[in-house]
Amino acid sequence: MHYVVRMLQEKDTLVCNAMAIDINKIRAQFPILDSVIHGKPLAYFDNAATTHKPERVVNKVNEVYYTLNSNIHRGVHYLSNQATLAYEEARNKVQHFLNASQSYEVIFTSGATAAINLLATSFGDTYIEEDDEIIVSTMEHHSNIVPWQMMCKRKKAVLKVIPINEKGELDLEAFEAHLSDKTKLVAVTYVSNALGTENPIPEIIKRTHQNNSLIMVDASQAVQHLKVDVQELDVDFLVFSGHKIYGPTGTGALYGKEKYLNEMEPWQGGGEMIKSVTFEETTYNELPFKFEAGTPNIAGAIGLGEAIDFVSEVGIENIAEYEHELLTYATEKLNTIDGMRIFGTSEHKSSVISFLVKEIHPFDMGTMLDKMGLAVRTGHHCAQPIMDYFGIPGTLRASFAVYNTKEEIDRLVEGIAKVAMLFG
Amino acid sequence: MTIKEIQEEIVEEFTSFDEWMDKYAYLIELGNDLEPFDNQYRLDQNLLDGCQSKVWLHAWEEDGKIYYMGDSDAIIVKGIVALMIRALSGQTPDDILNNELSFVDEIGLKEHLSPTRSNGLVAMIKQMRLFALAFKAKQA
Ligand SMILES: Cc1ncc(COP(=O)(O)O)c(C=O)c1O
Repeated sequence: MHYVVRMLQEKDTLVCNAMAIDINKIRAQFPILDSVIHGKPLAYFDNAATTHKPERVVNKVNEVYYTLNSNIHRGVHYLSNQATLAYEEARNKVQHFLNASQSYEVIFTSGATAAINLLATSFGDTYIEEDDEIIVSTMEHHSNIVPWQMMCKRKKAVLKVIPINEKGELDLEAFEAHLSDKTKLVAVTYVSNALGTENPIPEIIKRTHQNNSLIMVDASQAVQHLKVDVQELDVDFLVFSGHKIYGPTGTGALYGKEKYLNEMEPWQGGGEMIKSVTFEETTYNELPFKFEAGTPNIAGAIGLGEAIDFVSEVGIENIAEYEHELLTYATEKLNTIDGMRIFGTSEHKSSVISFLVKEIHPFDMGTMLDKMGLAVRTGHHCAQPIMDYFGIPGTLRASFAVYNTKEEIDRLVEGIAKVAMLFG
Repeated sequence: MTIKEIQEEIVEEFTSFDEWMDKYAYLIELGNDLEPFDNQYRLDQNLLDGCQSKVWLHAWEEDGKIYYMGDSDAIIVKGIVALMIRALSGQTPDDILNNELSFVDEIGLKEHLSPTRSNGLVAMIKQMRLFALAFKAKQA
């Protein structure tokens, strides 16, 4: 698909752009984009950390509190039923968005981190024995490293790490070499939050399954940028955070194939997740409730459903195409700056550019850009192993969402050039 | 000069800048001009790791006065370190402990010293005072 975009771009960027996305209409839905920061209009490039929320999502959350508020799944009264319906409707939206075959294969969590911790604990308790192996990669976010380390420590299992190459791509030969009959799970990211690399996930899933192992994909940086179809991928588990896809904070989901979710031990115990409780024995509720102990983020989940409607109405393919255009444009422009070093130079990238200019410290550059109303991320991006690999303390990161524009990118490039000059 | 006088001098210097850009250019200059940090003191115990940037701080006493040597990997932070050292180095422990660093606020750098900024500066100021406190305790 990316090749198609590139060809279109060479011909006529504007037409390609206008066909898919009405940028003014989109921006109008995000009031925060009109902010003035240090006297300058905001240009927000920290979307990989969190995206802004369209008005309809905020309104939806408000509406839940104003008109629907009730606890779910446990009341006979009207409001409780309405709230339950709305919450389960949100689950259906996530199901259809990911093309899961059953809605109960979608477990609501407070985010990707909670989803991975849930999986690491439940998967570990159910399937992992001493000396079993879990494979992660160097480019994982800390939240897809630490829960597995903790589980491996508990279970005396072994964590294997797929290295990356100088372009910031997974070393697939090393991945092959790691696969063995001890491999119980491969847990890798779809898109790197620190480099933007889009990994060949379909291929990795295929290889994992040929090896009779299971796979979890961290789609935290993928679902908002590209089409993710869990059935087509045949992925066993997949996680994402709602706040990175225009939804409320404190929302997210774990997708899991029914078979494994049924087999796995629950994670947290409490209300909702039980069928019956005595002091002798507790039997667990069915899916998905077995994994949703306690009162969930009801308004948040319903808000996430609304965010998914927003994405679906714009069209994930249109978003992918438009953002790819932004990425290509920004990469070209940034590369005209003297001393520009981009980390993550794979052909297959999505919406993230990580960079340094000369020897300028990211904190210095980030501080100066902020003064110009340009919001970028600085630091190690919760991915220290990547920074260690490149031998740098951190980078600056510009990450794009559907509401960013080429004009904003021009401002960013000008700003960076200005700061670079100041530092000599 | 007293700490108060030095602070007034710094504020005076900064009032000549209308543009934030000039202010930061000056901070960068101060950072570049800061006396080099003696590498024998670049030790873990002298490192204030702020996650976003690092600050090194070494202190010693001479004739009842405290002297500081500092560094940072980020040049803007280093410029602010230079200002701190200018204000406090060569002063007595009592003066260091009894004077607020009001100039930071007055020249509009407060944002860099809020506890939510993980640049190591907040830890550095605390550490500068702790040194003063420790030398004072030793004198008593
Ligand atoms: C690739 C990736 N995985 C996981 C996470 C963790 O997401 P959250 O903090 O929302 O749980 C992030 C967030 O930055 C991420 O980028």
